[in-house]
Amino acid sequence: MTVSKVEKETRGTFTLELDPGESGFPFLPGQFNMLYVFGNGEVPISISGDPERPDILVHTVRAVGKVSKALCRLRPGDVLGVRGPYGSSWPVDACRERDILFVTGGLGLAPLRPAVFHIFNHRRDYGKVILLYGARSPDRLLYTKELETWSRALRVEPAVGSAGPDWKGHVGIVTNFIARMDCDPAQTKAMICSSESMMRSMISELNLLGIPDREIHLTLERNMKCGLGLCGHCQLGPTFVCKNGPVYSYDRVKELLAKREL
Amino acid sequence: MHFIIERENLDRLLAALQEHGRIIGPRITENTFGHRDIASSQDFPAGWTFEQDGGFFRLRQRRDPSLFAYTVGQDSWKKELYPPRSRLLSLQKTESSFSVTPEKSSSEKVVFFGVRPCDLAAIQIQDIILIQGPFADPEYSRRRENAMIVAIECTQPAATCFCASLGTGPGISSSSDYDLALTEVLDDGLHYFLVRAGTEQGRAVIAGLGLAEAPEQNIIRAENLVQEAASRMGRTMDQKGIKQLLYDNHEHPRWDQVARRCLTCGNCTQVCPTCFCHSVYDRVSLSGKEAERFRSWDSCFLLDHSYIHGGSVRVSSRSRYRQWITHKLASWIDQFKVSGCVGCGRCITWCPVGIDITEEIQAIRQSDERGCNA
Ligand SMILES: Cc1cc2nc3c(=O)[nH]c(=O)nc-3n(C[C@H](O)[C@H](O)[C@H](O)COP(=O)(O)OP(=O)(O)OC[C@H]3O[C@@H](n4cnc5c(N)ncnc54)[C@H](O)[C@@H]3O)c2cc1C
Ligand code: SF4
Ligand code: SF4
Repeated sequence: MTVSKVEKETRGTFTLELDPGESGFPFLPGQFNMLYVFGNGEVPISISGDPERPDILVHTVRAVGKVSKALCRLRPGDVLGVRGPYGSSWPVDACRERDILFVTGGLGLAPLRPAVFHIFNHRRDYGKVILLYGARSPDRLLYTKELETWSRALRVEPAVGSAGPDWKGHVGIVTNFIARMDCDPAQTKAMICSSESMMRSMISELNLLGIPDREIHLTLERNMKCGLGLCGHCQLGPTFVCKNGPVYSYDRVKELLAKREL
Repeated sequence: MHFIIERENLDRLLAALQEHGRIIGPRITENTFGHRDIASSQDFPAGWTFEQDGGFFRLRQRRDPSLFAYTVGQDSWKKELYPPRSRLLSLQKTESSFSVTPEKSSSEKVVFFGVRPCDLAAIQIQDIILIQGPFADPEYSRRRENAMIVAIECTQPAATCFCASLGTGPGISSSSDYDLALTEVLDDGLHYFLVRAGTEQGRAVIAGLGLAEAPEQNIIRAENLVQEAASRMGRTMDQKGIKQLLYDNHEHPRWDQVARRCLTCGNCTQVCPTCFCHSVYDRVSLSGKEAERFRSWDSCFLLDHSYIHGGSVRVSSRSRYRQWITHKLASWIDQFKVSGCVGCGRCITWCPVGIDITEEIQAIRQSDERGCNA
């Protein structure tokens, strides 16, 4: 597929728009693709675009190593290989009529963004919707333009580690603000994405609010070479993160995540 | 129905099989045993057997001319069906893009001669994973389709064998997926094979040779040999509740003990006929214009296997040994509805420090953390 647009989000993080051609690229929020850069390799990257716009395929990539750096060096007109979409999705259909609480930080908004788009597009189908989104500093927040747009229909609650005097959001780590989100625990579905250690703290805060494990959904990361459940790398106990995940309801992986070095 | 073919006529069978494709079978070359091309029955290791134990493999001369009085060496049929390294794609940079040429998988017809019951079970397990899953592996599927299987029952188990306790050997059940199944019998100077067909293709070979139906007493003789073999297995593994046993003993002190010996070399995973983990890597030409993508066998014992940016999930060697054995014997059952172990004993023999999967399970069972003593 050809890159049609590249936008710098923050230092080292870029959003690529790809042209999937006539057939478009339908996907479910939370699914990922395997992206291949000529001669460099192939890595799993979440799809970050609007599920109602299959005519543009969007990926947000942070340059951390060989392949992700090569992805971030691509320019409009460059071509890359795309396989997918793979994996499970956020339960956006199953939680209509419900209140939704998104909790995420930094790049973690990338895999959640299609779910936020979906809910924004079908706003009337859902109850109260909160997006609690943290970053180290305001310049590390992704998709700032959209956060503005979304805030017209959803409650967007940004939280940063440190900020200048003109910052209007929260200051501190996201987990500190979960308790203040005045959610109705009986009504709320939580969808979270962050590092595993952060998600652990998020979950204990969500549990304190009274949101049970089965109402918490999260997305996991494991080494992946194939995306098809055949290379063996992404195993988490009996599950393959590429095919049973990456999105899981927490009650299904709680025991697995509690095991060290599983 | 059982047929009979004498040792002297084995080359007629081989000639008939050659019509189907290149025959690969057990052979000793340069003092090592492996799966090699077979031109005639002279190529089989007549009068040889193996002595095997933890970290130990020796060829030993026998006093009789038997051709198949041994079990398995380091080669498994995985090497033929799922090669250790294969090219997936060749890519060529063009003006503004790149072109991709997928590798054509081999269409060569082959005959696997001398597939042991455990290995037959292993092939069926790999079929479940690589053919019957939601995504079939094209290379494996193609090679599997082109392979005719001539299996052979075991009458001389090794000290490392434990198929009998897993129900995968030493005999071949008629529900197994073979074209022909053989049993070798040496009896008072007589040397013959019982032959059964499992497929139309196999039946056609038997019919083509005009083999005689085997007399009842010969069938019984062969069955006894296999039954005796079952009682002479060098090792056993109790499968009872094994999945939960491993799931529940994630923090067992035995993992530390085995980790002190394990070199995390991955030999066990390379010789295992069911291990399927692989990695994919790229090679680029000096000009930067051509690239190739290769797949190669990988091992959960390597640190890179679980690497995600920032570090590996399984850092300690205890966690990597535990992952391997737990996958083989427990999570495999959840994933594919069968155990990942067929009791071939290769991982015991080819482990440089002689770590023994049956012994590890036994140790954990004896001090199961769920109650008994620790
Ligand atoms: C389901 C899923 C969705 C993801 N979505 C995104 C996203 O939207 N944006 C983004 O920037 N990143 C995402 N990642 C992480 C991204 O895959 C890694 O950053 C990337 O693989 C790093 O590769 P590298 O070659 O640049 O890094 P290196 O550190 O050089 O990694 C070497 C190899 O290790 C493996 N590897 C390293 N880190 C990871 C990882 N975190 N996950 C899986 N394999 C890894 C890859 O095979 C990689 O080629 C996602 C990962 C998964 C599993
Ligand atoms: S785990 Fe060991 S005994 Fe079991 S099939 Fe693999 S190599 Fe053979
Ligand atoms: S168990 Fe033996 S063969 Fe396997 S990795 Fe450890 S030392 Fe190597």
